[in-house]
Amino acid sequence: MTGPATGPSADIVLDRVGFAYPGGTEMVFDLTVPAGQIMALMGPSGSGKSTLLSLIAGFETPRSGRILIGGRDIAPLSPAARPVTMVFQENNLFAHLDVAANVGLGRAPNLRLTASDRADVADALALVGLAGKEKRLPRELSGGERQRVALARVFVRNRPVLLLDEPFASLGPALRQDMLAIVADLQRKTGMTVVMVTHNPDDARAIAPHLAFLENGQVVETGATDHMFSHKGGAALGRYLGDARS
Amino acid sequence: MTAGPPRAGFAALAFIALLVAGAGAGLLLEAMRAPQALIVAPDAYLLRVVRFTLWQALLSTVLSVVPAIFVARALAGHPTFPGRTLVLRLFALPLALPPLVAALGILALFGRSGLIADLYAALGGGRWPGIYGLAGILVAHTFFNLPLATRFLLQALDTVPADQWRLASQLGMNARARFRFIEWPAIRASLGGVAGIVFMLCVTSFTIVLVLGGGPAATTLEVAIYQALRFDFDPARALVLTGLQLALTGFALYLLFRLGADLTAEANPSVSARRFSAPGTGERLANLCLIVLAATYVAAPLAAVLVAGLRADLPRLAGEAAVHRAAATSLVLAVCAATLCLMLTYALVRTRHALAGARAASPASLAERAMDQGAGLVLVVPPIVLGAGWFILLRHFADAFAIAPIMVITVNAVMAMPFALRALRPAHDAAAERHDRLCASLGITGFTRLRLIDWPALRRPFLTAFAFAMALSLGDLGVIALFGSDQVQTLPYLLFARLGSYRTADAAGLALVLAVLCFALMLLVDQRGRTSS
Repeated sequence: MTGPATGPSADIVLDRVGFAYPGGTEMVFDLTVPAGQIMALMGPSGSGKSTLLSLIAGFETPRSGRILIGGRDIAPLSPAARPVTMVFQENNLFAHLDVAANVGLGRAPNLRLTASDRADVADALALVGLAGKEKRLPRELSGGERQRVALARVFVRNRPVLLLDEPFASLGPALRQDMLAIVADLQRKTGMTVVMVTHNPDDARAIAPHLAFLENGQVVETGATDHMFSHKGGAALGRYLGDARS
Repeated sequence: MTAGPPRAGFAALAFIALLVAGAGAGLLLEAMRAPQALIVAPDAYLLRVVRFTLWQALLSTVLSVVPAIFVARALAGHPTFPGRTLVLRLFALPLALPPLVAALGILALFGRSGLIADLYAALGGGRWPGIYGLAGILVAHTFFNLPLATRFLLQALDTVPADQWRLASQLGMNARARFRFIEWPAIRASLGGVAGIVFMLCVTSFTIVLVLGGGPAATTLEVAIYQALRFDFDPARALVLTGLQLALTGFALYLLFRLGADLTAEANPSVSARRFSAPGTGERLANLCLIVLAATYVAAPLAAVLVAGLRADLPRLAGEAAVHRAAATSLVLAVCAATLCLMLTYALVRTRHALAGARAASPASLAERAMDQGAGLVLVVPPIVLGAGWFILLRHFADAFAIAPIMVITVNAVMAMPFALRALRPAHDAAAERHDRLCASLGITGFTRLRLIDWPALRRPFLTAFAFAMALSLGDLGVIALFGSDQVQTLPYLLFARLGSYRTADAAGLALVLAVLCFALMLLVDQRGRTSS
């Protein structure tokens, strides 16, 4: 179950990926995320950020174009077989399973875990600061702790790509900083390629050296985060930020 | 999603289609063998049966729904009196009670040797005339449908916003004005649907007419089909009757859809809005009388089942081999029917959800709508018609009585599907909403998914649906009446046989056993539900 075909670091290429919801606008995505880097996706609501992640994760099927991860076309792969882990805004955990089981599902979807699997689960939980809470149920955890469990599962699953669909949007500023630190730490340890949707420029500045800006179902700008935030980015990004750039 | 929708749903749909098609084929083959049977002149008997079927259904509907308006109004007007919850729970009981048991209760109460008859004689009234015929049918139908209609209408009244009641008290509306401007519009909106449902239930009512009808003067189409097959052995006549019954139920269903009936009523506890001016003394007294009367009407036959059952020689019954065999047969058949029902329903629910997810915002496909309403459509084809079709088909190839267990299991399973669907679907869809993407991304599929994810989340609705299906099957006298024989007897069949040979006390004892079994099932679900939530 572990170790998909691609190596620990893999770039993501979206090559004219077309998609539309029934009755919705046509979207066409062109984007390259360098291997082993963190990229933030920003853009107004409905610009296609979450859709882009869903296409990579396999929850939506493109009408045209190709998606390559580590040079390999992933179109024929089911969501579970893709070299990808996605963390959602909510519902990352099964409410009736305890913390250890929720993390363990990342290693074996039937929960048949070996002793070394269990040790890995414990290590991952320690890494996100939840050591000793293996037997808790999700409802006994705070919102931040629940997302930590999801991140622990990312670690156990060990796929080359991590997609974050605003998983920290509902947390307060201090908690969010902690979580971003965990993501950055996770990325350093594993060399994953991370794509993270966010509405908050500070999140992007904190851990993402790369930034892509989306509008109306297209990637309209990409570049280094610092560069784009320093008034050198385009007018669309400026409008979105209300030009609070310093 | 790259994977196609689960195929299990299509298999379930095919199974239901096969069940209906087999019955249809039986009827068609028979029609082709003897086409002249179809052009029988509408003789007096046929006309009388059709007229009586419609007449009793119409009367039952009026007698159930009109009083229900006022009982519901009384209950809505007093949202907090002590015993209100008890009354509402009492009104939910008939739903879990097999019609056969209710019929026995009514006989024990109003029958020629019933409790009322004793009272009547003691008061010097002479010989009590009994209750067979139209009167018995109407009493039984109102016993079932008055509480049902009351609960539906109470739900409609509960949707009146609290601000309207504030307004009413501020404007100084009296009871008449409140009824006219607030309550009646809310009731009227759902009255058509409620009446339609009650009418439908009464047109297809079999057991009650069979037990309480008593004679050719009070026979409905369904009972006539049964008599044509079991006693006269006249498949041609059964065919004509079945055709008429199908047309009639089809018409009733058409009415139901036209009236926009919402069949998804759930047994939610009623939360009526607080009233801001207390009703006058006169109105309160009237409401109290109404509620007490209605509660007594529902409780009395239940109590009669208990009293008459306890009067029976229960120890002797418990020692009889025939009773043991019938009880074992009933339990095994009911467990099988409930299991099959859940498997079919779960398959339909899963596939429907997958299809709905795959189509996103585009209109629902035919397949998806079939999953949605396939089970509901079975209601158009009454169990007796299904049974009759298969009976006619199979008598050419095999001993129709030998396949009794299979017929009882499949028909009862399919008959319980609308209830199971109502219990399972909302819970399943809500859980799927939360779990689908996560399961897809973690690769949790198939049996692993059922074991780890769906079963823990759906255990409660599963149990509820199972208990409902099992209770329905345990108490059913539809299919077994056609297919039952000395070899295959269920408890209801045995009960009916004892009643037929005038062993009324035995019948009352068996009715009590059936009632206890059904209520125990419901209670079990209730308890499990409360402890696990």
